[in-house]
Amino acid sequence: MPPAAPRSGDAIFASVERVNAELFTLTYGAIVRQLLTDLEEVEEVNKQLDQMGYNIGIRLIDEFLAKSNVSRCVDFKETAEVIAKVGFKMFLGVTASVTNWDADGTCCSIVLDDNPLVDFVELPDTCQGLYYCNILSGVIRGALEMVSMKTEVTWIRDMLRGDDAYELQVKLLNQVPEEYPYKDDE
Amino acid sequence: MIGVGKIKQYSNVLDKPLSKGKQEVSLSAFAFLFSELVQYNQTQVDNIAELERRLEDAGYAVGARVLELLCHRDKGNRRETRLLGILSFVHSTVWKVLFGKVADSLEKGTEHEDEYMISEKELLVNKFISIPKDMGTFNCGAFVAGIVRGVLDSAGFPAVVTAHFVPMEGQQRPRTTILIKFAEEVLQREARLG
Repeated sequence: MPPAAPRSGDAIFASVERVNAELFTLTYGAIVRQLLTDLEEVEEVNKQLDQMGYNIGIRLIDEFLAKSNVSRCVDFKETAEVIAKVGFKMFLGVTASVTNWDADGTCCSIVLDDNPLVDFVELPDTCQGLYYCNILSGVIRGALEMVSMKTEVTWIRDMLRGDDAYELQVKLLNQVPEEYPYKDDE
Repeated sequence: MIGVGKIKQYSNVLDKPLSKGKQEVSLSAFAFLFSELVQYNQTQVDNIAELERRLEDAGYAVGARVLELLCHRDKGNRRETRLLGILSFVHSTVWKVLFGKVADSLEKGTEHEDEYMISEKELLVNKFISIPKDMGTFNCGAFVAGIVRGVLDSAGFPAVVTAHFVPMEGQQRPRTTILIKFAEEVLQREARLG
């Protein structure tokens, strides 16, 4: 039986169960508010959001691979395209684009025009250092780590801070070869 | 490129046009997010009652905002003043917007005058959650109970809202009931209004 063809982000999004984006947005807002009350330091909140995103990412990758039927990506360029076109569409219902490739193809920017996490949100003066959507950088980092790519994800542009779009920089640090948990000769 | 417009920058979030509320995200995205909320709170508390309270507080904030949003967008800034009015608003409109369907049932409590129950066969938030035996009667529906309490409180109907599992015959998973117990002043006001 030939392997199933990879499905487009739109097709998968249409086939999964969906919920109202506002429930999602408001729940995320409640999480950020709880973190700010508990941790008080904006840097700590950024780190905690990244950690939460990481925990989500390591589980999200399984669902992504199961539903999207993508074959193994040949290089990092393809990986980034797949994240932007299929991944974001499948989970958040928005498409992202990939730009700003550097010379050796290890660093790129993913640009989001629409972001369901930040509807109705405004950053107050006391939280100007907060990366409100930092959970997304953790998700990408966690998911890629589970497919043997160590990456560093940082925010370049953030609409809540006055920029005109959301831009994440994804930098491939190294590829970790898969290790088998058992020895062959035992 | 000629004619490419720049996206209009709104300096104030209140000036942005309000969306129609039709945008969706995948259920799994919400489920992942909710599980992180519960897991984070588990690290912050020592006992189940604290955990339920924290989830409820998170839901309270959501409920207050949902009420504002729905009143402005769907109800034309009219507010409910009667008890049955606000209950059917929660049971139908709020549930439909948040969970995509109206709640399964709305009942009046038989033992006490001030108790009402909204029941749901399977709460959306509990769909992928199983409670270990040592957590007893803990219910992540406390988040939804918080949402309901937030809506009722902001609408001027203070109440104590809790979520309970009710085992049903012939079904593997128990039904969830949101129990709403209104404050004394609400009933007095309702009696005065006739």
